[in-house]
Amino acid sequence: MLTIFSAIGGLILAPLAGGLLTGLDRRITARLQSRIGPPLLQPFYDILKLLGKEPLTTNAWLVFSAYITLISSALALLIFFMGGDLLLLFFVLTVGAVFQVVGAVCVPSPYSNVGAQRELLLMLAYEPILILVFVGFAMCTGSFSIAAVFHLEQPLLLKMPLLFLALGYALTIKLRKSPFDIAASHHGHQELVRGVQTEYSGPYLALIEVAHWLDLILILGLCAMFWHTSFVGMAVLVGASLFTEILIDNITARLTWQWMVQKKSLLLGMGLALVNLLWLYVA
Amino acid sequence: MGFVDNMIKRSRLKSPWIVHFDCGSCNGCDIEVLACLTPMYDVERFGVVNAGNPKHADVLLVTGTVNHRNRHVLKQIYEQMPSPKAVVSIGACNLSGGVFKDTYNVLNGAHTIIPVDVYVPGCPPKPEAIIDGVVQALGVLKAKMGLGPQPAPTYMPGDADGTPDMTPNADSAPEQNPGTPQQNAG
Repeated sequence: MLTIFSAIGGLILAPLAGGLLTGLDRRITARLQSRIGPPLLQPFYDILKLLGKEPLTTNAWLVFSAYITLISSALALLIFFMGGDLLLLFFVLTVGAVFQVVGAVCVPSPYSNVGAQRELLLMLAYEPILILVFVGFAMCTGSFSIAAVFHLEQPLLLKMPLLFLALGYALTIKLRKSPFDIAASHHGHQELVRGVQTEYSGPYLALIEVAHWLDLILILGLCAMFWHTSFVGMAVLVGASLFTEILIDNITARLTWQWMVQKKSLLLGMGLALVNLLWLYVA
Repeated sequence: MGFVDNMIKRSRLKSPWIVHFDCGSCNGCDIEVLACLTPMYDVERFGVVNAGNPKHADVLLVTGTVNHRNRHVLKQIYEQMPSPKAVVSIGACNLSGGVFKDTYNVLNGAHTIIPVDVYVPGCPPKPEAIIDGVVQALGVLKAKMGLGPQPAPTYMPGDADGTPDMTPNADSAPEQNPGTPQQNAG
């Protein structure tokens, strides 16, 4: 019972933390570009403004997809906070990603459709990595349960350093950061005009954005699991991952999808993950 | 709910996302608009984001000469923006047609097609003037929400002789037949 209540409490705090981290991200990004940047609370202003706008939509599927995306992100985070099953978490997360694509292809807008195709390629790139990371968790703990990690005495980072790097790839893709940001073009707004998110407007865009914050918290939580033995270690790991992501976002140009799927993600990311798994199997 | 409403109203003034539509200008005004986003001026300090998508935007920046080919596009972009929204007309050509005023293929300004809230004169206006125009547009939004006084009506420079269709914010402006150039007497 206590787990459920603390998980729900975490779920309420998660959007606040996600929004603050996004604000920090925008501020650090601005500093890296020698700008001042928006206030720390800017993402909350944006969300509140979007919620107050007139709801205009193209069709009902778009609204449905926005809600399903938010619900699946929230559910995945709830499973994570309750120490639930990693495979279940993976499937719930996938439902959210799939419904973003469904929402984007159910309108005739070419930008939205191109964004949807690219989002599918992105899923092809990060989902195998994510599942291999979960297999690594299972090989270390003997179970797919998240709670089982906390019974280990040693940090997972010592056993799965390469899997942590591979998770970095998944993190970059899932956070829509620069070298892999081909589906929504988060910073280069002009090219795809936000790709999969083109047709969402007002309150529905706000739902998608909050879902993105929850995803951010979930993936950073997964990073923290690699050093579960100390709170300082968790903070260091999360901070270092986030800062590296922001730095990479600012110093790299975006890749074409061929490069991303074939060379970077599938070969390098999967290669790192498989080598680590082989090592776990032998050791 | 009063608190939430209040927060939403205040947030609107802190996150004006812009969409920029060029009705075929010489690019001078557009370069100045984009200059506002550079580290020199950095309008993201005030929450301004160049959304590039009318469905996400709150403030429409229009530049260039409006003509019979692109007035449909301009109207469509305006209609795709969810309310509350504001329109800033930038540059001599967009205010009145500029050097092309009263020619056969040019409409005399964006205000003949959509209701314009703020006029920013200049050829091209400086980035400071454009930022000031966006701030004035926020004042208009504020007045529409009942949070502040109605700003004094702005007239287009050189056209302040009070002809009814030159008055900004006139609700009747889009309904007037924009297809016929008004002063093309001869």
